[in-house]
Amino acid sequence: MRSTDTGRTPRTLADHAPVIYPALMLLVFFVVPFGIMVTISFFERVPGGFYQPTFTFDNYGRFLSAFFGNVLGFSLGLSALAAVICVGLGFPFTYLLTRLARRRQILWLVFLLSVLSLSEVIVGFAWSTLLSRSAGLSNLLVAVGLLEQPESWSPGFAALLVGMCYLAFPYTVLLLYPTLVRLDRELVEAAMTMGASPLRAFFTVVVGASRNAILSGLILAFVFTLGIYLLPQLLGRPQHWTISVMITDQAIFQSNLPFGAAMALFLMLVSLSLVGLTLLLGRRRAA
Amino acid sequence: MSDLRLDSIVKRFGAVTAVDHVDLTVPQGCFVCLLGPSGCGKTTLLRMIAGLEMPSGGRLLLDGEDITALPAHRRGFGMVFQSLALFPHLTVAENVAYALSIRGADKAAQRARVTDLLELIQLPDIAERQVSQLSGGQRQRVAIARALAVDPRLFLLDEPLSALDAKLREALQVELRLLQRRLGVTTILVTHDQREAMTMADTIVVMDRGRVQQSGRPLEIYRNPANAFVADFIGTSNLLDGRARGGGRIELPGGEVAASGGPESGAVTASIRPEDLRLSAGAPAGANCLSGEVVFVRDVGQTVETHIDCAGQRLVAVAIPEGDPPFSSGDRVTVELPAEAIVVFPA
Repeated sequence: MRSTDTGRTPRTLADHAPVIYPALMLLVFFVVPFGIMVTISFFERVPGGFYQPTFTFDNYGRFLSAFFGNVLGFSLGLSALAAVICVGLGFPFTYLLTRLARRRQILWLVFLLSVLSLSEVIVGFAWSTLLSRSAGLSNLLVAVGLLEQPESWSPGFAALLVGMCYLAFPYTVLLLYPTLVRLDRELVEAAMTMGASPLRAFFTVVVGASRNAILSGLILAFVFTLGIYLLPQLLGRPQHWTISVMITDQAIFQSNLPFGAAMALFLMLVSLSLVGLTLLLGRRRAA
Repeated sequence: MSDLRLDSIVKRFGAVTAVDHVDLTVPQGCFVCLLGPSGCGKTTLLRMIAGLEMPSGGRLLLDGEDITALPAHRRGFGMVFQSLALFPHLTVAENVAYALSIRGADKAAQRARVTDLLELIQLPDIAERQVSQLSGGQRQRVAIARALAVDPRLFLLDEPLSALDAKLREALQVELRLLQRRLGVTTILVTHDQREAMTMADTIVVMDRGRVQQSGRPLEIYRNPANAFVADFIGTSNLLDGRARGGGRIELPGGEVAASGGPESGAVTASIRPEDLRLSAGAPAGANCLSGEVVFVRDVGQTVETHIDCAGQRLVAVAIPEGDPPFSSGDRVTVELPAEAIVVFPA
């Protein structure tokens, strides 16, 4: 490849200078820690101690069991569901947001950004209170006569899903916003002059023209929720604990860093291949 | 049969009146150009006809039926937008077939219609291309084909050619006019380009500040502008300030001339087209002649434009050159203003 602006192959150190800084940053903060993790995943745990250097596949072999397979399957399913909900709710929300006056849009975006400043712990405890029997939302439903008596909705699968979506929703909106705010309004108007009702125009034109952003939003929400490890413990029951919870448990509480590292790597490979598959399918449909 | 009638249409945005009591009748098969400077309300008027804006007052009638409150997607009109608004995620064929697929036409019928339309716009081989792979002129034609897909009752175009370079624009103007004549579809085109309007329109509607200033056949408007705005906007005009002296006599700074018609007294504006001025060397002799000094000559080969200072007022004369330009800067010349070419408005 020739560099396009100078028209010649970079030769001297000065030619390479612009890429040295980002390359160094990636090396120090990404490649090296990642390499350490890969190395440790082949080490052996010392019971009662830490770990010692060997080369073993035992850590990988260990989670090829029904138990870890189920946990992995549940984690991926949960994240996929959360991603679909986030984009399903976030896309119409963002579209309507971009139709508002500029000042109102900024207010909403500031509000969404401020939600990002809440930590996973605070969000988890807030939702577990909101969904509890003693002080939760069900008391409101009793007050308006929709429920007979207060119910406890947490811990449970629904509570966990709500918490995860709450965390990922602002990111989804922020990712969709640039595409939707740039969408030519005349596209929808053109669809309407050709006989499409506003709803039909939204699905055939707005959704269609934003296909890539929707795909990116799904991937972002999926990968983001896959890494959440506190909420399952706060809002879910033990059967709802995800692979991230297992990794944390192994690495921190069981002092089994090699096994934790192996699980983390395996999770990364699985999610990367799922993302790759999604992109491939998206491209084939676009072609 | 599609006879469109606008009955006292008004559109206000807050305190601003964008369209101010417009009455207009567009007969079946007619090509109407809404012409005016930007902000004159022409696009707003077109959007109200399309159903994309709701009028603040007045009625829209199509063949006598009141369509004022009918939403855009039930009107069955075709529209070409300024941005063209081609769907970026669909192929050319899918874009052209959009209206048909919305109506639930079967695939074979859609394919047949797309083939016909692409042949109509003389681009039969681009059906499977992506919109991003098209040139400006091709996009233009695809947008036109898409708007014509379901035989619209009314064909609306909002400055569709403004993004193209001058040569392509002129070629497409002729092509579009021929297409419209062939299909006989009632058409309304919005433009700020008077040359474009003169090329294509059966009827030109000149608009300024939300009001219709004049409407009529192109040459009629060109020859008999209703006011100074129209005279200046359609083509170029020499606008001279003067006073009416009665009996068609106008007193201009450089002398008195005879004009055909106009007010009997008061301050007036006399308008005369550059090509109607006749220049000759030497001192003024005869009626309607003024004396002036040549200040600038623009000779572009095809035409010669002579700028003359005439007692403080600037006149521009345009002529087809015969041999060398007869005048140069500093020459004293006589300018003849033929009485029948002068149009007089109250100032």
